[in-house]
Amino acid sequence: MDETPAILLEQVNKWYGSMHVLRDVSLSVAQGERVVVCGPSGSGKSTMIRCINRLEEHQQGRIVVDGTELTDDLRALDAIRREVGMVFQSFNLFPHLTILENCTLAPIQVRKMKRVEAEELAMEYLRRVRIPEQAKKYPGQLSGGQQQRVAIARALCMRPKIMLFDEPTSALDPEMIKEVLDTMVGLAETGMTMVCVTHEMGFARQVANRVVFMDRGEIVESGEPNALFENPQTDRLRLFLSQILRGH
Amino acid sequence: MSIALSSGATPARERPPLGTTGPVGWLRANLFGSWWSTALTLALGYVVVRFLWGFIDWALIRAVWTVPMGPHGPDATICRQMKGAGACWAVIGDKWRFILFGQYPYNEQWRPGICVALFIALYAASANRAFWRRELLYLWLGTLAVIFALMWGGFGPLQFVPDDQWGGLPITLILATFGLVAAFPLAILVALGRRSKELPVVRILCVVYVELIRGVPLISLLFMASVLFPLFMPEGLNPDKLLRAQVAIILFAGAYLAEVVRAGLQALPKGQSEAAEALGLSYWRKTRLIILPQALRLVIPPLVNTFIGFFKDTSLVLIIGIYDLLTAGKVALADPAWTGFAAEVYLVLAAIYFMFCFAMSRYSHGLELRLAAARGR
Ligand SMILES: Nc1ncnc2c1ncn2[C@@H]1O[C@H](COP(=O)(O)OP(=O)(O)OP(=O)(O)O)[C@@H](O)[C@H]1O
Ligand SMILES: [Mg+2]
Repeated sequence: MDETPAILLEQVNKWYGSMHVLRDVSLSVAQGERVVVCGPSGSGKSTMIRCINRLEEHQQGRIVVDGTELTDDLRALDAIRREVGMVFQSFNLFPHLTILENCTLAPIQVRKMKRVEAEELAMEYLRRVRIPEQAKKYPGQLSGGQQQRVAIARALCMRPKIMLFDEPTSALDPEMIKEVLDTMVGLAETGMTMVCVTHEMGFARQVANRVVFMDRGEIVESGEPNALFENPQTDRLRLFLSQILRGH
Repeated sequence: MSIALSSGATPARERPPLGTTGPVGWLRANLFGSWWSTALTLALGYVVVRFLWGFIDWALIRAVWTVPMGPHGPDATICRQMKGAGACWAVIGDKWRFILFGQYPYNEQWRPGICVALFIALYAASANRAFWRRELLYLWLGTLAVIFALMWGGFGPLQFVPDDQWGGLPITLILATFGLVAAFPLAILVALGRRSKELPVVRILCVVYVELIRGVPLISLLFMASVLFPLFMPEGLNPDKLLRAQVAIILFAGAYLAEVVRAGLQALPKGQSEAAEALGLSYWRKTRLIILPQALRLVIPPLVNTFIGFFKDTSLVLIIGIYDLLTAGKVALADPAWTGFAAEVYLVLAAIYFMFCFAMSRYSHGLELRLAAARGR
């Protein structure tokens, strides 16, 4: 069972109109593996990660998540979305619901959990991201870092097997980045399968089994983080690394 | 002791200078800030006072409240002598039941009277957030059933009254209530359909519906419903006039409300929908729990604006000979005893319409404030 990869992309292609945004992307993520995706802006990182839970549709190739292939079959899609949690750059909490309701909504509606159970579960995860005291507030009353931690808790409440992160810290002020990264490190330690788009190199070195570098819709290089950062094989990666190092 | 003394009065330097706050400060800042604004204030004040005084003089001081009965009904001679100088409220005293209930049989008018009271009670109950539960739906269905049973009658001691004899305020409330209650869900479906990417046929149908209906005046739609529609229907299968007018109003209101709802849907950031999908919510759950609650909240002011517009637009049914409140008022004026007292009747009609519309407007304002407060903004 453990040999089936959690996520498998084979020769995936995608176009927006005539723009080719994913070119023959192949990637296999083992269960429990933690992959960091980096690359310059517009290189297709978000598009790739959003194809994994079909917020975007790919046009060629195969995507298999947790043994189920992503097709037009809606039932398969529902099954996959139950197992895959996603955290967005802009948090996307539901502003008309309290923090607690944000967290219990999907367990109650999708997993058919009883309200009491769902609330217990939500409080457990809110404690884990260290904001149980905010449960009765609305998202608009929280700081960015707190909101992003709620978003992580909300996704975890579905007890997903896989977590996707699309630049979870890039909308945050520097002093809040650490609290969110700490939460993600904690999550990595539980053995969760994670695919994370981020430019936080420290985070990548600390938790990633593998870093994938994308440019212009292709996976250009991938490997163990230290090796990849110390020893880039391509000019594109060298250029990218020099740019983000200068930026920091 | 010293504590009591010092807490009695704020030290002078901590108080704002005299005359910059309170009503005096407000007046000074807003009405008499400069010589120009002072002049404008005085001129406008003069006009307003003159008008108000003239109105009070006409409507209250020199008004005629009752007239004696002549051999052929009320004798409006005193009213005619005062015409132009004083209002003649006697016309209302004599005609109010016709204005409110139209041609409904005179001795049975307590029935539509109860119906109006039921409608108002229903609105009041629905406005209370504490009652927003499933039971409210049953309350609506039950009350509406009672209203129609009372209006039609035909059982027990109640004589049967066909709906072409209904009139006045109950007709206005029936058309407006059913119109909006049915048009609102229709509007939501049409707005969703118009944004659907997966179902192009549905989208095109919704666009065609909205554009067709918006492109014609309500009057012509009512006219088609009352004159053209029966021509194409087989004999015997001819829904009555009130129902046809009601359907026309629902279709018309639906198209306008759909555009308001669509504006709310468009204003929502795409991330809300994506987050709901990523959590595995189905389309309908996502729409019901995430999208609509936020989208509708955003468009409360234009929604209520449209509601108010339609409440008044129901008066256009006069074109096809249905006696709503406004038509009943007009017909009441056709009584030879009272020709020429249109101002009084129309003022009363305006006051009735205003009460309902103003209540809607205040309610929506309160709702907005409460929803904003609930989100801690
Ligand atoms: N909905 C869309 N319609 C058309 N083009 C799109 C759409 N979304 C993304 N693109 C284009 O696809 C390309 C890849 O976008 P993507 O968002 O995946 O990049 P990214 O690597 O996530 O960049 P960033 O670091 O800025 O988030 C970009 O050139 C972008 O302009
Ligand atoms: Mg991106």
